Amino acid sequence: MSDLAVLSSFLISAVGLAVPLALAALGETVSQRAGVINIGLEGSVIWGALGGALGSLAAGGYAGLLAGGLAGAAVALVFAVFAVRLNTDQIITGTAVTIGSLGFTGALYQSRFGVTGVALELETLPAWDLPLLSRVPVIGPSLFDQELTAYIVYVMVPLLAWFLFRTRWGLALRAAGESPEAAHAAGVPVVRTRMLAAVFAGLMAGLAGAHLSLVHTGTFAENMSAGKGFIAIAVVVLGRWRPAGVLAAALFFGGAEALQFTLQAIDADLPYPLFLALPYVLSLAALAGWFGRSRAPEGLALPWPRRGH
Amino acid sequence: MSNPPGFARFRADLRPVLGAATALVATTAIAATLLALGGHSPGAAFGALVRGAFGSWHNFVSVTLVQATPLLLTGLAVALAFRARVWNIGAEGQLHAGALAGVAVAVSLPLGSPFLVLPATLLAAAAAGALWAAVPAAMKTRMGVGEVITTLLMNFVALFLAQFLVQGPLRESRGALPQTDAIPAAAQLPVLIPGSRLHLGFLIGILIAVALWLYLARTPGGFRIRAVGASPRAAEVSGRFRTGPVIWRAFLASGAIAGLAGWIQISGITHRMYENLSPGWGYTAIAVALLARLHPLAAVLTAIVFGALSAGGAAMQREAGVPDAWVRGIEALVILAVLAVDRGLQAFSDKTAAGATSRRAETGTAAGRV
Repeated sequence: MSDLAVLSSFLISAVGLAVPLALAALGETVSQRAGVINIGLEGSVIWGALGGALGSLAAGGYAGLLAGGLAGAAVALVFAVFAVRLNTDQIITGTAVTIGSLGFTGALYQSRFGVTGVALELETLPAWDLPLLSRVPVIGPSLFDQELTAYIVYVMVPLLAWFLFRTRWGLALRAAGESPEAAHAAGVPVVRTRMLAAVFAGLMAGLAGAHLSLVHTGTFAENMSAGKGFIAIAVVVLGRWRPAGVLAAALFFGGAEALQFTLQAIDADLPYPLFLALPYVLSLAALAGWFGRSRAPEGLALPWPRRGH
Repeated sequence: MSNPPGFARFRADLRPVLGAATALVATTAIAATLLALGGHSPGAAFGALVRGAFGSWHNFVSVTLVQATPLLLTGLAVALAFRARVWNIGAEGQLHAGALAGVAVAVSLPLGSPFLVLPATLLAAAAAGALWAAVPAAMKTRMGVGEVITTLLMNFVALFLAQFLVQGPLRESRGALPQTDAIPAAAQLPVLIPGSRLHLGFLIGILIAVALWLYLARTPGGFRIRAVGASPRAAEVSGRFRTGPVIWRAFLASGAIAGLAGWIQISGITHRMYENLSPGWGYTAIAVALLARLHPLAAVLTAIVFGALSAGGAAMQREAGVPDAWVRGIEALVILAVLAVDRGLQAFSDKTAAGATSRRAETGTAAGRV
């Protein structure tokens, strides 16, 4: 292969791996901006993958995508009822939702398709080849010959940036995350805002899961989310809680994963796990302020209304 | 108060027990309903689960207690940290760091006698776990970066470091599989009960539980941890001590105990390190600690409960044809039920103690910046 062809195939793989991370992380950005850290995101991803598979078997690929998104949102609703409405601890609740989702999706899958699990063959989503743009050398095929999920990311990045930073609702949402007291005093319905933000994160994570089953693999396997929901939380941090930054961070994480395959093809002895660890180390460095000031919303993970006292 | 104070005290002490019982009953009812909906017989499933976990001496000692051991150690690590309101969700990473350090010392240093090897490897594992916790500790105390995200990120760094080491520098000398060489016999923890698989690690876990209980209840250092956990701001403004060192100590001790969990599992059971050593003990540990109300002695019991769930799950699959993935779902139901019952109890006590300062639930809240 020529160098350009290697680069091009690397980019295709990197964008494909970045799309689910970007979907889940964009949702989580909104949720964290509203003050809710959803460690249960992984649960929404795996339910999205199973929902996508079942929906696709019932009514085709796009129905599967919808079902995946709704399944992710439903799980996030359970999380939000506990962590926001009942005001339980966000971290512990999210952990429970993740553990339970990995368990119940596995149980449901095995009940439906047998314990040994014959590999499902799912109809995958078709790629949409954007005329002209997809012909741009090197980057064209990777960016503009993609499935619907990638285009959702492209639309969501400017849309969410506009929503968060240019609308009154976005301001109210960020206020609920920075200072719920002040937001409440100003008439923002903090609980409802946080519930909606958390459910939106679940919807996006569900789409990410459906991408895994309907685009990436064309099948479902237990635990196939493989930590993507957790990685999305790192992506939010590295992207500094801004949609454009989150997209860049997702591409970086996707690139690190794609590099593994490219490097393995060239030289099997390269220590690729270290490449996989790199984005996490950089996320830590970003939190430590190596790339300028980066901080979480002031009220993140804090209970509202305040407990005790 | 018409009740004598002794009775009130007794009732207050009883409340968490009643809460835990309520949560367990609720979990069982919901799990039974879900199992029935899933087309399984709840009675057969629970029967197989209980028999698999407690049905015979072998099942209880060699399966349940063996499964409980890493959960006990990581559960204690989480409980100690949470007591100081240090939200360490990095036990999984600290466990891997400890496992790697222990196995590295065991296979590379020719120490010969178990009396040298075991202390050296246990020390190395504890130190590596503490080191892994030191990064988030430094970021929290020096830069004000909350530990929830940092400990989570450190988990992934540890997992990939483990992958790298077992695929490369620590790979077995045959070179066939991505795993380390078997550790020498001298580095293996002795079996506790002859004829069983139960190893000394379980006893180490119980000793640590007792030590932590005495430390928290009876020493000035333990008091400080509880004070910081009850209210960091009050502890700081009281001016009696600085909270920074207390947070450091909680982080390091928590990391050290989680580090021991990883190496003890290898030394006692697997005898090698490989990828995916842990099925998520560091996360289940949060449930173990929570259900124990962060009490070290209660954690022994809850670790056995979760060990039994894990042991019974396999039997449930074998005997009743119920996928063992159900067990993880049931674990989550336990956590959610405990959380809901806690909130219910607290709402009740807030109501009855109207006007008086309400007591904060011991399980606390992830207050403090993330």
